[in-house]
Amino acid sequence: MTRDEIKTAVLAALRRVAPEVDPASVRGDAPIRDQADLDSMDFLNFLLQLHAALGVDIPESAYREVATLDGCIAYLSANGAQLQAAKPGDR
Amino acid sequence: MPTSNPDTQAVPTEFRMPSLGADMQFGTVVAWLVKPGDHVKHGDIIAEVETEKGVFAVEIGSDGVIDELSVAKGAKVPVGTVLARLRGEGVAAVSTGTPAEKPQAVAPPPPAAPAAAPSKVPAPTPSPPRAPAPPHEHALHASPLARKIAEAKGIDLATLTGTGPGGAITKADVERGAAGPAPPGAPPPAEARAPTEPRPTTETLSAMRHAVATAVTRSKREIPHYYLAANVNLGSALAWLGAYNAAHGVADRVLPAALLLKSVALALREYPLLNGFWTDGAARKSEAIHLGVAISLRDGGLIAPAIHDADRLSIDALMRALSDLVQRARSGGLRSSEMTDPTVTVSNLGDEGASSVFGIIYPPQVALVGFGSISERPWAERGLLGVRPVVTVTLAADHRATDGHYGSRFLAAIDRLLQAPESL
Repeated sequence: MTRDEIKTAVLAALRRVAPEVDPASVRGDAPIRDQADLDSMDFLNFLLQLHAALGVDIPESAYREVATLDGCIAYLSANGAQLQAAKPGDR
Repeated sequence: MPTSNPDTQAVPTEFRMPSLGADMQFGTVVAWLVKPGDHVKHGDIIAEVETEKGVFAVEIGSDGVIDELSVAKGAKVPVGTVLARLRGEGVAAVSTGTPAEKPQAVAPPPPAAPAAAPSKVPAPTPSPPRAPAPPHEHALHASPLARKIAEAKGIDLATLTGTGPGGAITKADVERGAAGPAPPGAPPPAEARAPTEPRPTTETLSAMRHAVATAVTRSKREIPHYYLAANVNLGSALAWLGAYNAAHGVADRVLPAALLLKSVALALREYPLLNGFWTDGAARKSEAIHLGVAISLRDGGLIAPAIHDADRLSIDALMRALSDLVQRARSGGLRSSEMTDPTVTVSNLGDEGASSVFGIIYPPQVALVGFGSISERPWAERGLLGVRPVVTVTLAADHRATDGHYGSRFLAAIDRLLQAPESL
């Protein structure tokens, strides 16, 4: 997947958890949690959305790397992100 | 066994609008999920009711056959209003089932049996019914804000695709629907950032704030609060949790909140006077421990639905229940029993700036347990100074039901339980 494709998928996952956040306003280099006001439950749901969409399971040990949008895209790119087929009942 | 003797024929049981929170006065039936003649069992969802706090799935409290739906869809009625009448299995219908007709009574009707709602019903002051909600076949999950905007713009929610959690329809989905379909080949429309009609936003937020204001004012007026705090070293608990999560995939990940909730539930088994209610001048302990979890809604507002029997759930099951509850709190799928059944409430501000929270008790409960943010702090142990992840746990308690000594021992029990996370 290209970086832009991954970025689109990441922003879509973010929008599912924080629907009122404008994706265009998310800066690449600042923590996502602060920009979108995500608590730990929201952030976990965001990771679940990424897992469902791109097939990458992000462990707690990688949280520092994926804290920003840029970091998240880089991690997913390096860990084999692939678009997954949507299953019925996916959030 | 049913009998044809008219003297022993069962009379319809009344099902009334439940109180879905200490502050609730009115509810609007936005959907009926049963019709006259349907067989229902205790716990079946029979209607969707909207209050300022959102849309709730209302459960029936008894078994029987729906005899009559007494309130029309779209009508806003006070708590305690008869919503439906049931008859026993095998009993002949005494009503044609339309809201206008009344059944023939052969004896005074038995008391209504909705879920226990200790708060008093205010003197009814019926308001004129609202215009009926847009018609839809199935129970649709949409945020209360989305519903209001859809109604204001005349959009049928059934025509929209929800992109919120669980497929819920959000404000942005409604605005996309209002903008109309994009012409073929055009790029997808940019997300609307603010509603074009500020009035629905202000109305919805005001209604929610009013509900919260009513509840906290009542609480502070009626409940003599005392407050205690304790600092708990979470070093062992977080180490255990880290190992657990490293051994499981993201779908099974457990958050520290689950450990904190479980420790509260188990501590309440040892200190039951903090689990229950104060009504009519006396304490009423609850055998069951249903933890109310204070949840912030993303559009603003606060709600505290229950995780039932939290003391009996494994950590994994508790985490799944918590995650599911938060999702439904935000997308409008909470059940009435989750609103009426909390026996105590926990407010976990865990990730935010405050190191401790001294909350306001939800009447008629007698306690509210608070957790602040987990942070690295200096910690003295055996004469040596180190750094540990520490959380400040607090208790706000009703001084009519318990004293500081009892509350203090309760907090010590929570601490003790969190030092042995494998036993939670």
